[in-house]
Amino acid sequence: MSIEYRVGGIAPSVLRLARPGQYQVNEKGYYGEFGGAFIPEMLYRNVAELREKYLDIMNSADFQEEFGRLLRDYVGRPSPLYFARRLSEKYQTCIYLKREDLNHTGAHKINNTIGQILLAKRLGKKRIIAETGAGQHGVATATVCALMGMECVVYMGEVDMQRQAPNVARMRMLGAKVVPAMSGSRTLKDATNEAIRDWVNHPEDTHYIIGSVVGPHPYPDMVARFQSVISAEIKQQLQAQTGSELPTHVVACVGGGSNAAGSFYHFLDHVSVQLIGVEAAGKGLTSGHTAATIALGRPGVIHGSKTLLMQTEDGQIREPHSISAGLDYPGVGPIHAYLHATGRALYLSATDQEALDAAFELTRLEGIIPALESAHALAKLKDLQLKPEHVVVVCLSGRGDKDMETYLRFLPTDENPATTEPYS
Amino acid sequence: MNRIDSLFAQKKEKILTIYFTAGFPKLQDTRRILLALQQAGADMVEIGIPFSDPLADGPVIQQSSKQALDNGMSLRLLFEQLHDIRKEVHLPLILFGYLNVVLQFGLERFFEKCAETGIDGLILPDLPLDEFKQDMEPLCKSTGIHFSFLITPETSDARIRQLDEASSGFLYVVSSSSTTGKKKDLTSLQPYFQRIEAMQLKNPFLVGFGIHDHESFLQACRHSRGAVIGSAYIRTLQQAADIEQATKDFVQQILSGNRVHAAP
Repeated sequence: MSIEYRVGGIAPSVLRLARPGQYQVNEKGYYGEFGGAFIPEMLYRNVAELREKYLDIMNSADFQEEFGRLLRDYVGRPSPLYFARRLSEKYQTCIYLKREDLNHTGAHKINNTIGQILLAKRLGKKRIIAETGAGQHGVATATVCALMGMECVVYMGEVDMQRQAPNVARMRMLGAKVVPAMSGSRTLKDATNEAIRDWVNHPEDTHYIIGSVVGPHPYPDMVARFQSVISAEIKQQLQAQTGSELPTHVVACVGGGSNAAGSFYHFLDHVSVQLIGVEAAGKGLTSGHTAATIALGRPGVIHGSKTLLMQTEDGQIREPHSISAGLDYPGVGPIHAYLHATGRALYLSATDQEALDAAFELTRLEGIIPALESAHALAKLKDLQLKPEHVVVVCLSGRGDKDMETYLRFLPTDENPATTEPYS
Repeated sequence: MNRIDSLFAQKKEKILTIYFTAGFPKLQDTRRILLALQQAGADMVEIGIPFSDPLADGPVIQQSSKQALDNGMSLRLLFEQLHDIRKEVHLPLILFGYLNVVLQFGLERFFEKCAETGIDGLILPDLPLDEFKQDMEPLCKSTGIHFSFLITPETSDARIRQLDEASSGFLYVVSSSSTTGKKKDLTSLQPYFQRIEAMQLKNPFLVGFGIHDHESFLQACRHSRGAVIGSAYIRTLQQAADIEQATKDFVQQILSGNRVHAAP
């Protein structure tokens, strides 16, 4: 596989696998018992149209050409695979960071929104809606809407709008209308409800750009394919840098799980590669203030798919908590529920404090301020019993500018050394 | 005979179905509202099972669900409240809810409880047709409980026939693609209702979403056997000083167009 992003020719496909793997969605939209399309009839035609057309559109030559060109010239792909020397020394192993934070708009989210806006155009849609937690998906959606001259409405929990104010400002500057979701915990779950309601009310002209591998089929598969550019590049870059395309570990954070799905995608059938997803434990798994769905969830139905879900005994969805707005979600993509059920991937969780510590550590060791989401993945390096011969790839899904306000509140000082150990 | 079938056999037009959310406005209001609706002249009732994340509902019903959950409502408690409801209420009763709540309760246990309670019909708007056929249709058949699918103006004729085939009791015709509680001009929808009527479906159909007063009720009934009213009644309950009187006034206003004001 070669990722060249040629212009004027057909870009090599990063969107399809040569054969359907064991861990891919089946023809009915399920990963094992998880997935499906649990939607009210008002959305049936839209979702059916998408399901019938998405693969043909994504595999068409003109789509591949435009997608490849935009990834290269607009997003700035391939994103570097950076050998983190000082971090590696600290953990006595080889750690590579997949620098999705260097993408245009500062996160992996743009891979998916570029793909979906091209798809929406080909479906003849005029209006785009989206939901966002940390704002990265909202910014990425507002960006591609500006690029394509399409109307954009982004739903965002009122609480998230406060804690991610810079991204709200960016979306508005890009021309998006940002609508606060006022129900429930006023975070990502509620923004998603509002976006789905908007879609129910505007089924004909509107495409809903879902930002993660969640929602009704075909969204989880479509988003995973758009994000699979991450693992396709990792393979090629590792081959060039180490002589082998396979790492021993791939680590990524999981809220809905799109950067993890993209990081795992081309390694799913390589069982020697240990796939590790890291959820947000919030204030602790037993604290009642957590977003660790795989650790605590039971199978249920949320936002159009059957997956693991944090819920009460009565089936009411529990309000999640994470210091990171992007991980503050009570469900998880059905592919992750399945990878967990089959044991193909290992899911760990990191607390708010562990994530903060990991963020400060990376900043001081490598001069990279990570997004709080990505810091959850970094936080588990200490728990992995790594050896010098291991090759660990951590997906650095986004950059930490948007989280500066939170970081500054917790920044260790001489008077208040909040972190657990000093940085060398 | 299922009470829904009896109703449609006996009453040929202007069947008035009212939706309310269980546990709203007060936790213990369920029985009181059912009796008030029966007394006031409603023909059938949909009892909403509150859910934290109701995708097909507009803000009014969503808010009522939230309040009901805050009050402590649950499906288990609803079955307790309805335990001997058939001693007093003879109207056909339909449970309207979202799949997750039913799944967590346990499908077989849910159907057992419905049968014990005397529930006549179910509506679960987020249950896909294939999953219904696989998991629920056998339970519906064995318990004699009807299941109604929704159709919208966007639903193709071929799919309408599939949904009609899978439904029993009646088919729920959503007036337009939207969430609940949006007031609509139903005159422009007459061709859609006519189209459904002309398809000569297996099931009779009721029109729902957007019906809020006498005029819209009559519009909805012109080509259908009746209509379902939800948000407008929930709004009435929100403001009601006296549930019985407010319900009587509401139903009378829908049926006759005459506004009746409760004595001060």
